[in-house]
Amino acid sequence: MSRRRSSRWGVGLASIAATLVAWYVLMATGVVSSARFASPREFWAALVQINVQGYADARLWQHVWHSSKLVAMGFAVAVAVGVPLGLAMGWSRRAEAFFNPPFLLIRPIPPLAWIPLAIVWLGLGDAAKVMVIFMAAFVPSVINSHAGVRAIEPYLVEASAMLGVRRWPFVREVLVPGALPYIFTGLRLSLQAAWTTLVAAELVGALHGLGQVLNAAAQDIYPAMILVGMVFVGIAGAAMTWLLGVAERRAMPWRAA
Amino acid sequence: MSTLAAQRPPSRAESWALGATGLAALFGLWTLLAISGVVPAQFLPTPWAVAQRFVELTHTPFTGYTIQQHLASSVQRYLLGFGLAAVIGVPLGLAMGWFRWLDDIVTPLFEAIRFVAPIAWVPFAALWFGTGIGGPTLIIFMGAFPPALVNAYRGARFVEPRLIEAAQTLGAGDWRIIAQVLLPASVPSIVAGLRISAGLGWQSLVGAELIVASSGIGYLIVKGQSNISTSTVMAGMVAIGIVGFAIDVALRRVEARIHARRGQ
Repeated sequence: MSRRRSSRWGVGLASIAATLVAWYVLMATGVVSSARFASPREFWAALVQINVQGYADARLWQHVWHSSKLVAMGFAVAVAVGVPLGLAMGWSRRAEAFFNPPFLLIRPIPPLAWIPLAIVWLGLGDAAKVMVIFMAAFVPSVINSHAGVRAIEPYLVEASAMLGVRRWPFVREVLVPGALPYIFTGLRLSLQAAWTTLVAAELVGALHGLGQVLNAAAQDIYPAMILVGMVFVGIAGAAMTWLLGVAERRAMPWRAA
Repeated sequence: MSTLAAQRPPSRAESWALGATGLAALFGLWTLLAISGVVPAQFLPTPWAVAQRFVELTHTPFTGYTIQQHLASSVQRYLLGFGLAAVIGVPLGLAMGWFRWLDDIVTPLFEAIRFVAPIAWVPFAALWFGTGIGGPTLIIFMGAFPPALVNAYRGARFVEPRLIEAAQTLGAGDWRIIAQVLLPASVPSIVAGLRISAGLGWQSLVGAELIVASSGIGYLIVKGQSNISTSTVMAGMVAIGIVGFAIDVALRRVEARIHARRGQ
């Protein structure tokens, strides 16, 4: 087994190394024109440039920080509204009957389609970004919290009813912990949607942020900087997902293997 | 206190009435905000004005095309990008499920690329393939490809070993096993993946057209935005929602039919 695993790692590393070598060779021999893609050297130069002099009006860490801050804000608001709404819809059939039809109308509209409306309403600044992030993160939060309540074992609910557990202790001790695995699934989907939507919104128009780096680099026809932007969109997305995973393990210690 | 299990569900009439109230609240609030003038009509048209604008867009061209023509060019790009994602993703996923070496080679690269949001491909898409059909198609492909591949792969990995062993005993080669054992056995997983792909592809299309296109439904709403014509933006959003919904319903039907045929 361990032998199999180490050979897996070997092949994986070799595959990545081969890709990097192919990248270098293709660029160095001019098979791929440098107007179309960046060589490793150019990539490095662009990375140094954005860190030292800055690009698109700010340094790399400022862009990353700006984008992450907006995601955190929009995401927090969406979760604070969406999770309680989903829990209420899961808990009360009446709340479900009331909220579901309007929710079903809004749901098929992709979050990215809210971007132009947000710009008309709130301009190119941060408020519009927070609005589209909210729209992206809201729907998965509601759906999964709703499903999470429905997935609670009925015997837990019946037992707490029989034991005469009151409303708030019930919410705190049964409803929320019972729905937590689904809630976290929803949060993961929300976070991914929020990040994608923010990058798109920044590409459509922004003053700072990683999407704005991509946008400026596209206008300057600067492939190396496009690549830097993409790599950091990936890294920041992965880092956020990782942080949420840490929070998930903290919040549900009973699930830790 | 009523709890989840002990709760008496509302009668059909009651839930119908509650649902109607919910919708009325949404549209009522919207209309009220619009006609009271708290929000200027240019920024928040009434639902009726949006509906009127929608009808108008079906016969008066906006930025050169009517809404049907915009939708037609969107759907064309969409089918191309989604089709490519399915045609490449599904066979590659099945092959990765069968050949371990292929899995070991592709997985690290795939994982590295997957974290980059599809929309971040926009600058390269425009640089490599232009803003006509190629650029948006690449972005749709990037959105739709991962679920198509992952679900085919999972489907292939969880085929009952008995079936594979039986085929091997009968002397089937690698390719025959993939085509005649793994593929049929993973159809439910593949279809579930394609449904996710279809949704993500549609979203990516809208995003792509906001930034790199000169026609299409996303282009329509972004032009509506720059003309500060909120009713056009909203009419476009309605069209996007309807098409997305229709795609999802169609694929759910296919999925249900496949499950029914397999007696699940």
